Amino acid sequence: MSTTETGNSSTTESAVSGLDYEETQLTLAPPGGSRSELERKRGFSEGVDLSLETKDFLSGSSDEPPKPQVVGWPPVRSFRRNVLKSCTYVKVAVDGTPYLRKVDLEAYAGYQQLLTALEEMFSCFTARTYPNVRRLVDPVNGTEYVPTYEDKDGDWMLIGDVPWKMFVASCKRLRLMKSSEFVDIGCITER
Amino acid sequence: MTYFPEEVVEHIFDFLVSHRDRNAVSTVSKAWYQVERLSRRSVFVGNCYAVLPERVMTRFPGMKCLIVKGKPHFADFNLVPHDWGGFALPWIEAAAHGCPGLEKLRLKRMVVSDESLELLARSFPDFKALVLVSCEGFSTDGLAAIATHCRSLRELDLQENEVEDYGRQWLSCFPDSCTSLVSLNFSCLKGEVNGGALERLVARCRNLRGLKLNRAVSVESLIRILDRAPHLVELGTGSLTVDHHTEAYRRMINAFHKCKSLRNLSGFWDVDPRCLQSVYPVCPNLTVLNLSYAPSIQGADQVLDCIGDRGLVVVASTCKQLRELRVFPSDVYGTGTAAVTEEGLVAISSGCSKLNSLLYFCHRMTNAALITVAKNCPGFVRFRLCILDPGKSDPITNQPLDEGFGAIVQSCKDLRRLSLSGLLTDKVFLYIGEYSARLEMLSIAFAGDSDKGMIYVLNGCKNLRKLEIRDSPFGDAALLENVGKYETMRSLWMSSCEVTLGGCKALAAKMPRLNVEVINEWDESDETEENPSDAHKVEKMYVYRTLTGPRNEAPDFVWTL
Repeated sequence: MSTTETGNSSTTESAVSGLDYEETQLTLAPPGGSRSELERKRGFSEGVDLSLETKDFLSGSSDEPPKPQVVGWPPVRSFRRNVLKSCTYVKVAVDGTPYLRKVDLEAYAGYQQLLTALEEMFSCFTARTYPNVRRLVDPVNGTEYVPTYEDKDGDWMLIGDVPWKMFVASCKRLRLMKSSEFVDIGCITER
Repeated sequence: MTYFPEEVVEHIFDFLVSHRDRNAVSTVSKAWYQVERLSRRSVFVGNCYAVLPERVMTRFPGMKCLIVKGKPHFADFNLVPHDWGGFALPWIEAAAHGCPGLEKLRLKRMVVSDESLELLARSFPDFKALVLVSCEGFSTDGLAAIATHCRSLRELDLQENEVEDYGRQWLSCFPDSCTSLVSLNFSCLKGEVNGGALERLVARCRNLRGLKLNRAVSVESLIRILDRAPHLVELGTGSLTVDHHTEAYRRMINAFHKCKSLRNLSGFWDVDPRCLQSVYPVCPNLTVLNLSYAPSIQGADQVLDCIGDRGLVVVASTCKQLRELRVFPSDVYGTGTAAVTEEGLVAISSGCSKLNSLLYFCHRMTNAALITVAKNCPGFVRFRLCILDPGKSDPITNQPLDEGFGAIVQSCKDLRRLSLSGLLTDKVFLYIGEYSARLEMLSIAFAGDSDKGMIYVLNGCKNLRKLEIRDSPFGDAALLENVGKYETMRSLWMSSCEVTLGGCKALAAKMPRLNVEVINEWDESDETEENPSDAHKVEKMYVYRTLTGPRNEAPDFVWTL
């Protein structure tokens, strides 16, 4: 039964048909690309390992996976922790929308979750993944948006090229740019 | 000496600066007690529950400066329940009534309401300085009251407080006639302040020597401020997100260059490590450098560097006058690429021989490194080392770090404060008890093997004032070994140790002038906890000497035995 699995259909198939086959399948996973299955599996195994880690945390070395937090350890004041944490809130602008939103990049584990959240936030979009470029689509009028971000150097970049953590460290703000404005020099034809 | 007229005795007492000296002379005779209490201008209350506020005001009617501390230190790490106590209002009310000439108030780890701040602002016509450290319970409305009503305000110093932000207008409440500010620190505020009001305030306060901005203040604003106040001695920058290729970066460097008097630097929010190079021209004169908000940026990209050990090597080679250094972890929970290790600390110790105060978070430490540090910097007064992984041994020898810390306490004869971490046996406490004659505050976590460890400390450290212990195997035998010691100390905190309710009761019975507070955070639904037996282990215990007996406003979860 395919209801509990994400489809394994290749994206070239869906590109030919013009429809994202995965999307139209009933799944329990969030909409999007083939990464979601891998992420769900990892999540499950994290749940299993956590209880073992709790017993072992005192004997560990720095090579082990992240340990669960001991209350009040390390002795960093919550004031400081909160201050260091909040630096990952960035503004999100959508071309044609009068208001901006803010998201905390550290709340997401990767690009997929971020795009899913953006989708939910601007409720009218659905995500599509073409071979190279992730896009968001407004089904009402078919306008496509390309997620871009401004990095620390002030340059506007396409989302998804660099490793997630590097993106979080360098992203200052997000902008969902209308595809019609977006010129992708390296993009293969999508249809 | 007792035959001298009072005026002469009082004049002699003027030369006694420390509270302890003044406390000591006041016990010599009734006459000296009287002279001393009437001439005391600065009063220090280390524990707000050790004495009643009214009693302090009655004894010292000429008080001009009051310093009060509230919650135990481990409250900083969420080990003390939120509403445990430590209220400022009773102190401000008593002072308003008994010492209206008050000029300076300094509060640490206390709950300060806007109501208290409003009362403060209106009650003391000569009020000059307010310092709030690690406090909570107030908002920008309270600050607005201070700015509005304190006509001769010289110092407003807000250090790491939790402040509710209700808007940016509080700074505009300083009237145009206010030109007296010498020191302003609002670095802990989260919200924006009115940039124009800030720049005008800086411009008209010609005596301004210390300015610590919050994160919301931009680089552009900083540059304008530095242009108007190049005579600053202490500076905390705002957000320093400026690309080192840009015009703004160059102007910022120029502005820093003009500040020849800078001795103390902090802030550096969001700074690109390459931007820190703008700091180095200023470095030769620095005595304090606080990099705690400078991120250690993790990533595979070579261009994104880390403060890391390399950064510390640079600091070591340029900041020769450095006396205090604090290096915080940016990656508090993760095991990512280690930002700083023992190498950074060794580099610092060889470059900065005048270093006397250190707070250092790292992923690993070795005995060899600590021994080297002890040799290089025998002048440590405060040495706080936190190895992020609790109970971690020397990664090279797999030994406990007893010898390393032992070297520190043996070499640093003036050591007053010590925080331990890593794998430690009872041996380190033997060293501490033996060598730390001047030690006043000791913080222990996940250390020791048996009661002997704590006993070495209690029997050995003559000047111990504060002892705080968590997650260590010390029990009733250690607690009850030297009960008289606790009356010579300000306080003892023990949490997640082996102390039982019976042990606490025994201590309380033997020592009526101590408050033995047991803090229970038990589930209401857990019926077995309603009448726990004496064998029940106490999760959190706070013991302190007091003249007032059990406090009457203690919350339900605090049992004073």
